[in-house]
Amino acid sequence: MADELICRCRKRLSSGFELAAEVSIPIEHSRVTVLFGPSGSGKTTLLRLLAGLDRPDEGVISFHGDTWYDSSRALHLPPQRRRAGFVFQDYALFPHLTVAQNVGFAASRARAAELMETFGLVDMAARYPRGISGGQQQRVALARALAAGSALLLLDEPLSALDAASRVRVRTDLRRMLLSSGVPAIVVTHDRAEAIALGDWMAVLVSGRIRQTGPVREVLRHPADVSVAESVGVENVLSAEIAARDPGLLTLQVGQQHLQCVDSGETGPLFACIHADDIALSRDIARSSSVRNRLTGRVLSVLREGPLARVELDCGFPLIAVITAQSAAEMDLKPDDTVCAVVKTTAVHTAAAVI
Amino acid sequence: MDWQAIWLSVRLAFCTTAVLLLLGVPLAYWLAFSPRRWRFLVEAAVALPLVLPPTVLGFYVLLAIGPRSPVGALYAHLTGGMLPFSFQGLLVASALYSLPFSVQPVASAFQGVDRKLVEASWCLGVSRFATFRRVIVPLARQGIATGAILSFAHTMGEFGVVLMVGGNIAGVTRTVSISIYDQVQALRYDAALETSLFLLGFSFVVLALTYSLQRRIWAVWPMN
Repeated sequence: MADELICRCRKRLSSGFELAAEVSIPIEHSRVTVLFGPSGSGKTTLLRLLAGLDRPDEGVISFHGDTWYDSSRALHLPPQRRRAGFVFQDYALFPHLTVAQNVGFAASRARAAELMETFGLVDMAARYPRGISGGQQQRVALARALAAGSALLLLDEPLSALDAASRVRVRTDLRRMLLSSGVPAIVVTHDRAEAIALGDWMAVLVSGRIRQTGPVREVLRHPADVSVAESVGVENVLSAEIAARDPGLLTLQVGQQHLQCVDSGETGPLFACIHADDIALSRDIARSSSVRNRLTGRVLSVLREGPLARVELDCGFPLIAVITAQSAAEMDLKPDDTVCAVVKTTAVHTAAAVI
Repeated sequence: MDWQAIWLSVRLAFCTTAVLLLLGVPLAYWLAFSPRRWRFLVEAAVALPLVLPPTVLGFYVLLAIGPRSPVGALYAHLTGGMLPFSFQGLLVASALYSLPFSVQPVASAFQGVDRKLVEASWCLGVSRFATFRRVIVPLARQGIATGAILSFAHTMGEFGVVLMVGGNIAGVTRTVSISIYDQVQALRYDAALETSLFLLGFSFVVLALTYSLQRRIWAVWPMN
């Protein structure tokens, strides 16, 4: 298929770590692909192979039908001829050049001016990178890559250089900028909230192997195996809308039910993320406790996993809870029972859904 | 004061610095970025003039550029002249003698340039040479300036190599330090004092200037 980024390659590092990635990323259907994995899984190594900064030991890399690397033909296009704009973790802006000179580094004057405008950089055109904030540096790095005519953006942990306070805000901006860029992007992250907020499609990398690919929510909800489930961590990703906003508290409409969570300042449609082991189950629907969130649902299945039991509920939407096997036995949970799922307000995390 | 000798030394130092910028910068680039395992051999060869007695270096240069050597024969064939005991011969010897002083600070400055900036430039479609010119050189300009100043100062004061290769011909190869030696031999201490004082002051000013630019002068090879 022509509209794919295909990578089937192996690379052994001097540390002994071996990356053997086999993945084809549909770049036409999804604009932002998240390359997800725990630290040390080989995400950055893979990104560098795609950019042409490192050379695989063997394999094939092709983009849109153009072969970038093919060990059987001894073909290795240099980074200059791949035009994959690499946005480094710390943005790697040229410190001796101003913002405007950075954006125009490999672009025509008109194209650079256009992107300065689009990315809101005109006011800081004459400033040097060390004098602007992390979020602004990120915008300069993106504008610089797009001005140079990159056909693909590769972003290595784009939010890790920012402080926690600005991360959520920049995350939403980044998603918007990536969507409006008209260029497919691959974003490396190890943070599931970032994956949900930024990506349409995701590939999960564990110990140098691609373990699963698919739409972000699909992968997060149905991890293909234990290693993916462990690395993505969160079992419940629910589509939600803001029903009410009180000081510091947000009430979300999820299906026909309501969930309360701490307000992190996001607007518009979003996702509510809940860890399965943050959900408690109760048979009585009594309301005498400090917990605000009670979801009534029907048990679909109860699956024993050693000392734990994984309970799938239908609350109008699927919900997965993990409780101890002992509790499950004491409650005598069976399919079709009606139970109450109890979630503490602080256990509900939101992630903006920018469409 | 022997102004003729001072002027000759200044000319020699200028030409040596120019030659070393032309040869030393590419060599420094190779040393800073080459992945070759035998790079250390080149590093050692470049550093040799730091420890070798100038007479030994001068002796070998004299043999290498003599009329019976291939280099000397080729030069004689091309120009009709001879390298030993000429300004050009002195230039060859001075460039070799000052090689570590120009290459080491430059290579160390090149290695100090953040690798990511170079890679970012490549990914923007900018060629290796243009990246060198537009990213590496501007960010390493202190190191390049240090290398140039040190080669200049080092050539100004050289003695042993000049004596071996150039001899003592007034206006052609008699540099400042040889002039001072002559003056002392002739028991003209006041003239020797004058010229020495000039060289002392000059060297101090140059080093003060260099240290104000950069702290690390006598760079050892940084490891990758």
